[in-house]
Amino acid sequence: MSNAPVNNGRRRFLTAATSVVGGVGVVGVAVPFIGSWNPSARAKAAGAPVEIQVGKMQPGQLVRAEWRGKPVYVIRRTEETLQALPKHDDQLRDPQSVEPQQPEYATNEHRSIKPEYMVALGVCTHLGCAPTYHKGTFEEQVEGVKDGFFCPCHGSKFDMAGRVFQGVPAPLNLVVPEHSYPNEDTILVGVGPGEA
Amino acid sequence: MNNFFAWIEKRLPLMDAMNKHAAQYPAPKNFNFWYVFGILASVVLVNQILTGIWLTMNYEPSGDGAFASIEYIMRDVDYGWLLRYMHSTGASAFFIVVYLHMFRGMMYGSYQKPRELLWIFGMFIFLVLMAEAFMGYLLPWGNMSYWGAQVIISLFGAIPVIGDDLTIWIKGDYVISGATLNRFFALHVIALPLVLVVLVFLHILALHEVGSNNPDGTDIKKPKGSVPPEEQSKFKYHKQYSEKYDIVDAVPFHPYYTVKDLVAVVVFLFFFCWVMFFAPEGGGYFIEAPNFEPANGLKTPEHIVPVWYFGPFFTILRVVPDKLFGMITMFAAIGMLFALPWFDRGTVKSIRYRSKAHLLNLTQFAISFIVLGILGTMPATDLANMIGRIASLGYFGFFILLWFYSKNEQTKPVPERVTG
Repeated sequence: MSNAPVNNGRRRFLTAATSVVGGVGVVGVAVPFIGSWNPSARAKAAGAPVEIQVGKMQPGQLVRAEWRGKPVYVIRRTEETLQALPKHDDQLRDPQSVEPQQPEYATNEHRSIKPEYMVALGVCTHLGCAPTYHKGTFEEQVEGVKDGFFCPCHGSKFDMAGRVFQGVPAPLNLVVPEHSYPNEDTILVGVGPGEA
Repeated sequence: MNNFFAWIEKRLPLMDAMNKHAAQYPAPKNFNFWYVFGILASVVLVNQILTGIWLTMNYEPSGDGAFASIEYIMRDVDYGWLLRYMHSTGASAFFIVVYLHMFRGMMYGSYQKPRELLWIFGMFIFLVLMAEAFMGYLLPWGNMSYWGAQVIISLFGAIPVIGDDLTIWIKGDYVISGATLNRFFALHVIALPLVLVVLVFLHILALHEVGSNNPDGTDIKKPKGSVPPEEQSKFKYHKQYSEKYDIVDAVPFHPYYTVKDLVAVVVFLFFFCWVMFFAPEGGGYFIEAPNFEPANGLKTPEHIVPVWYFGPFFTILRVVPDKLFGMITMFAAIGMLFALPWFDRGTVKSIRYRSKAHLLNLTQFAISFIVLGILGTMPATDLANMIGRIASLGYFGFFILLWFYSKNEQTKPVPERVTG
């Protein structure tokens, strides 16, 4: 440092001002670098929510759709099916859906928003095979339960709310994806109620 | 020719730097077996960089092409299989030598004052190395690559509020996809290696500033004028060291330790080549079986276990029942190592002169670490989780106990000079 007279106040002000302006610049230039890590427009389009029309579904019918590379099952459950749900609670691993395999708004007895429609990913929680729908023929698998899902790979069994039975390889209930009803006859998979 | 070198030297003191860091660097004369792992780590680093560059020449970083390009390297590229096995064996070898290198530091108190910063740089190297290994493991795009990354990235989902968005940001997609693979590739081959090389450079500079520790934990640099000339080391050292200190019990790093390390390198390469040629998959621990099939987001492997070197930290993560708290605990496990110089309040460095309690504590730490590592490669059963919790307690307990007893520890007298 020289011995020249120094205006310390001015020097401090200039240092601080330069640092602040420079700091703003650094933050600004970080925006594109951080932003470019977001999903690209193509990835967003490929992962966009999927609409499923359910207005013409028959009671007991299953409709498949694809969302983010995974099969989505929509089942229109009958009144009879819904009433049968609580009867086999004692044979299930997680009858109360304690494990977070479903969004908050589907954490209920029937694991769905509307009791009538079940929405779940058709991906077995064991090794990811697609469980097959056994409509009316599930008694071969579990006595006293009329309908359900049976995974052909390693024999995991799920009920009509996607809840896993005891004594099978799959550890968890089927995943219920985020979904909502933009109108009466449409299910939008990938967006929860009130989010869109 | 001499004129040429003199011309260079005047403009960039290369010879001076060589002398300062090798030919006239005073290294304690009592280095033992444990002191070879730093050099071995450098050898592996060079191996990783070289083979890595060559692998990128035929590797295709895309979701569609990655797996096939690895098969192409393995089958069709001349010596491709060798370069890949050098790289994959090198990854495991890196962690073996680094873990031993770190343990050496813990045994002889090489992290204690004045070497705290040296230790911190080393810990950063360890962190970057783990990131390198994690990202590199995704690149073959095998099924274990995919699901391993899935498990680790989903950890960030446990962070409250921002968790879900953060995982999407890291992946660049809603699932792990080609986008994820590409950014991991960029980080693995450019960003992290640059950081790693800079850190290694700083690690060595910091080492040479404070000087190497030794198995006795004594100081080989005595205050200037305190040692009679006939007791000082007879070699010529760089003025940076000799002007400030009287140097005892030292030899110049080159040629004394370069030659010794060369022997270690040969022995190391002997084992390295044996694995590379006869067991490149390391019995399923270096390259896991599910990685021989392509990444498949719909087919989860039976047991998702990390590569062996992540085992200890993975077990700590897994034995904590809560996801978020498990993640915090895992990072805390690494944080503890960072803070080791401040947990240890003792002044005696080497295990040779410290208390029985310290010997026992360090031993139980080593055993806990190995048990955690073994558990990390096995499926989680109730029994395994129970043992894992005890071992985790041992891991963290080491630091806590150390903090308590190191303040007033019953130590043996430390000799003035090294003992041979």
